[in-house]
Amino acid sequence: MTINEAIGAFLIFTGSLFYVLSSLGLIRMPDVYNRMQTATKSATLASLGVMIGVGIYSPCCFPKALVIALFLLLTNPISAHALIRAAYRSGIPLWEGSIVDKYKEALKEEGEQ
Amino acid sequence: MGEASKVSRYLYTVIILFVIWLFLTNSLDPQELTMGFVLSLIIAALTYQVFTKYGLSNLHPKRILYTVAYIPYFLWAMIMANLDVAYRVLHPKRPINPGIVEIKTNLTNDIAKLVLANSITLTPGTMSVDVKGDRLYIHWIDVKDPSLEGASKHIGKPFEKFLRVIFHDDN
Repeated sequence: MTINEAIGAFLIFTGSLFYVLSSLGLIRMPDVYNRMQTATKSATLASLGVMIGVGIYSPCCFPKALVIALFLLLTNPISAHALIRAAYRSGIPLWEGSIVDKYKEALKEEGEQ
Repeated sequence: MGEASKVSRYLYTVIILFVIWLFLTNSLDPQELTMGFVLSLIIAALTYQVFTKYGLSNLHPKRILYTVAYIPYFLWAMIMANLDVAYRVLHPKRPINPGIVEIKTNLTNDIAKLVLANSITLTPGTMSVDVKGDRLYIHWIDVKDPSLEGASKHIGKPFEKFLRVIFHDDN
């Protein structure tokens, strides 16, 4: 095993670990908003780790993996944002333990104008 | 700062497309280079109007320097975000304290606001729900300060000083 392969394997392993954590978060969190938090963040870092890991494992593909990682980084938060906004707009309530909801006030003000 | 000239916007688009082509094909074969160059010229002609507003001035050394400095800062924030979320998921009592807060940003440029919202989504316990004018609505998994000023300071400020330079926000 060369040093490249060791680093690559380590990154892929870390990425997979974050995948596991994010799916665990889907089960443990109380409402759709908190689930999105764990699902999007961990999945982005996990994908990033796996892509860079693959790139380092086989150096021929490194630039390609880098570009794919970059596009993931650009597009993943946008889809997350679209999902969470759609969830709010379709009336899914926040968890009862939530302490503040400024967005509701903003939407109400907008409705009155 | 107004829009750059058409030539500069066109050239900038060609350069970016060609660099992406270089990374994707991963070869310096003359045939590949020629094909990529021709395709970059054609695609840039079709898309430069929506692709960029400031043209070649995006490649100003100061902006590139800030972009390069932003990447490790952002990656570090992202790794901390993940460890934080992992801690909350694994902790038996599930220590979350969620809510949607409002923050104010000084950025005026649309793309800068997009990158700010994306960065917020990917960093500790925060996720953008909506943008209205200069207000961002953020779902925060552990609300430390529900007021407008406090939340802005916690969430938005660290990124803004980078983004202001990178995206020509001179206000």
